[in-house]
Amino acid sequence: MRINPRFIDKIVKIGLNAQAFFTVGILVTIVAIIFFKGSPYLNMEFIFSSPEDMGRHGGIFSTIVGTVFLVLLSIFVATPLGVGTAIFLTEYTKESWFTKTIRFGVESLAGIPSILYGLFGFIFFVIKLRMGWSLMAGVLTITIMILPTIIRTSEEAIKAVPRNLRIVSYSLSATKWETVTKVVLPSAGPGILTGIMLSVGRAVGETAAVIFTMGSSLRLPTSLMDSGRTMAVHFYILAREGISMEKAYATALVLVLSILCINIIAYYIMNRVTSKYS
Amino acid sequence: MIKKAFTKEHFVKWVLIAFALSSLLFLFLIFIFILAEGLPLFHKIGLKNIIFGFKWAPTKGSFGIFPMIVSSFLVTFGALVIGAPLGLSCAIYLSEYSGKKLKLFLKPALELLAGIPSVVYGFLGVIYIVPLVRNYFGGPGFSILATSVILGVMILPTVISISFDSLMSVPKTYREGSFAMGATKWQTIYKVIIPAARSGILASFILGMGRAIGETMAVIMVAGNALKIPTSVLDPLRTLTSNIALELAYATGDHRLGLFSTGVVLLVIIMALNYIANFAIKRRVLK
Amino acid sequence: MPKLMMTVLLLLMVLPLSFGACSPKGLQNKKRTVTVAGSTSVMPFTEKLAEHFMVDHPDFTVDVQGGGSTAGIQACLNNTVNIGMSSRQLKDDEKRLNQIIICYDGISFVVNPKNPITALSLKDIRDVFSGKIKNWSELGWIDRRIDAVTREEGSGTRGSFEELVMKGEEIDDGIMVQDSNGSVKEVVATDPYAIGYISLGLVDAKVKAVTIDGVRPSIETLKLGEYKIVRPFLYVTHGELDDSGKEFVNFVLSEAGQNVLKKEGLIGAYD
Repeated sequence: MRINPRFIDKIVKIGLNAQAFFTVGILVTIVAIIFFKGSPYLNMEFIFSSPEDMGRHGGIFSTIVGTVFLVLLSIFVATPLGVGTAIFLTEYTKESWFTKTIRFGVESLAGIPSILYGLFGFIFFVIKLRMGWSLMAGVLTITIMILPTIIRTSEEAIKAVPRNLRIVSYSLSATKWETVTKVVLPSAGPGILTGIMLSVGRAVGETAAVIFTMGSSLRLPTSLMDSGRTMAVHFYILAREGISMEKAYATALVLVLSILCINIIAYYIMNRVTSKYS
Repeated sequence: MIKKAFTKEHFVKWVLIAFALSSLLFLFLIFIFILAEGLPLFHKIGLKNIIFGFKWAPTKGSFGIFPMIVSSFLVTFGALVIGAPLGLSCAIYLSEYSGKKLKLFLKPALELLAGIPSVVYGFLGVIYIVPLVRNYFGGPGFSILATSVILGVMILPTVISISFDSLMSVPKTYREGSFAMGATKWQTIYKVIIPAARSGILASFILGMGRAIGETMAVIMVAGNALKIPTSVLDPLRTLTSNIALELAYATGDHRLGLFSTGVVLLVIIMALNYIANFAIKRRVLK
Repeated sequence: MPKLMMTVLLLLMVLPLSFGACSPKGLQNKKRTVTVAGSTSVMPFTEKLAEHFMVDHPDFTVDVQGGGSTAGIQACLNNTVNIGMSSRQLKDDEKRLNQIIICYDGISFVVNPKNPITALSLKDIRDVFSGKIKNWSELGWIDRRIDAVTREEGSGTRGSFEELVMKGEEIDDGIMVQDSNGSVKEVVATDPYAIGYISLGLVDAKVKAVTIDGVRPSIETLKLGEYKIVRPFLYVTHGELDDSGKEFVNFVLSEAGQNVLKKEGLIGAYD
């Protein structure tokens, strides 16, 4: 007896519908749990006071500062390096062993687990280079971690700029660098910025690479050699040790909200491209 | 004036070369360091003893990581069992059944899911999934099952977005031709579209595997970290990544080198997975 | 658009540099830092001491990290930190470090409050952790597998546990591992069938401490020598400490510092 294919079609449609619904449901559940369990404890005091008593009391101010410093400094180092490399690869060279090597490095580093960055950063920066658990060690490690992403997205964005724009620019007797800065970069800008925002998002949520390099001191970091916590590290410690479930949820909420904001900014930037050129 | 512009151009070029070289330095620094620290132990103890050794007791001279290799693969396959069908179904739904509005809404939703830090997944896993496994299935709750569930959810965004891209790039004509011959939607999907997109879909699974096998923090929280090879899905386990994270802070001498050797094994596995995934995609482009 | 990008990039570059000026009261150059790392048993108490210390000495910063006793000892040997914290005796190849006993702490064996068992013998504990006893029914409860939890190899608590309890027998491979006192406590607090060992000073209502060979673990029984699973909390240093470190350690060993520790459930160094 052959089952009517139209019947199968209907079943499949319901099945797929259900699974999609289920998946969205997972996301909604996760965000809802964090939101409902965390928001009662999220207030101005939580954001602006530092942790006390191992995090049982107080807020997360020093961890917010730690996160901001770590991420901003890493972006500060990785962006010129990454974008510069991308510009160099696309505008200034032909395909050669050099470019192939860089591409190989970028592709290979793409999937490296963050614990290996932690392993490397701890032994190399913290111990061998004697930086101790410090902002500096953390920044260097995170920089290496986000460099491939920035190079890759910048390269794609620059490659996507139509050739005509460059040709027109040269025909107006602009130099290469003038073309790059006044024509190519502005047009590739949103794509590059999206890559940067992606890296920011990743760095904010990163734990394994940070806890072994920047450490987990509860103090507010005020110099490059100071140790400190990021929000993600603080959350991890609060959660694992059962220090305070309420503070843990609240910290998670701040984390998720931050990432949501970063994503929204990235989307806003990306959409400016489509609106500009459509 | 022209001379000035010329030297400025030269200057810029050399600055950019410097940047590119620095990037290269940074990129390969980590590679070379891990290899330099990790390879010697293979030489000293023997590749077979490390990869197929059954006992990890580095302070006593045993560097066998076989149980951890097995555990890593077990939870990765478990994650695929949970995440691949679900992810593929969502991708199919997104590309074939949903309108533009839904697509616009679901992409950012996916990216938010992907952006949630792994420690948050681990935390929710400990609070909700581990007790669930313990109360309804048995065992301590910290298990292959719990870890696979968490990892399965974590690889969903990867599987969905890459499969989705792959399905969307199947030309419209394939679908139209199939419908013109009287096939139903599902028949079209099943017999035409999925085969056409299969290398991309496969690539998404493999990249999902890469993500799962490299996950550390969430796994430490829900896996239980026992050294023995698990004999049931309800047994606790330790993955290669968890091992590094647990012992890194205090390992010295050969013990530390052992962790780097574990890192080398991880590197090899992930680079292999990446290579296979890219190879699978390349085949599609050539088709 | 280029102007916007320029401003954004400029902001990104200027903000991090400005934190050189944002240190409290600009005392950055005169700030005295003491870095401490190591035992997760000692860490919360060092944090408490640091909090009290920094109230009276606002120009000091005491950075405290965890990582485990061996990690702290290693960090000290590498000069990564000023002071290492240890909750076990130093091994022979670590003895070149200076050690300062700051207090004593007991190791208590805890089960979930839902577990009806209140008394165990030292041999029971040894058999559970060596894998000989796998089921609660062998200890007088229901037929259910024992979810035992131990610490990671580098843990001082584990080191002291192995020395004082296991006495040469190896901990079973199939037992779960957690890497801090807090996480062991969490596992025992949430799993009704779990058993683990944690610092006595950390026992609270979330878990239940069992008596060992009839002796209840408490400050009194520790002082009287009845409860025998005791270990010292050590601060270890590589060579001479600098002045900042010395001041902090002096505080810890002073009456004020010792009172802080005693209030938290530890035994003073001089008791």
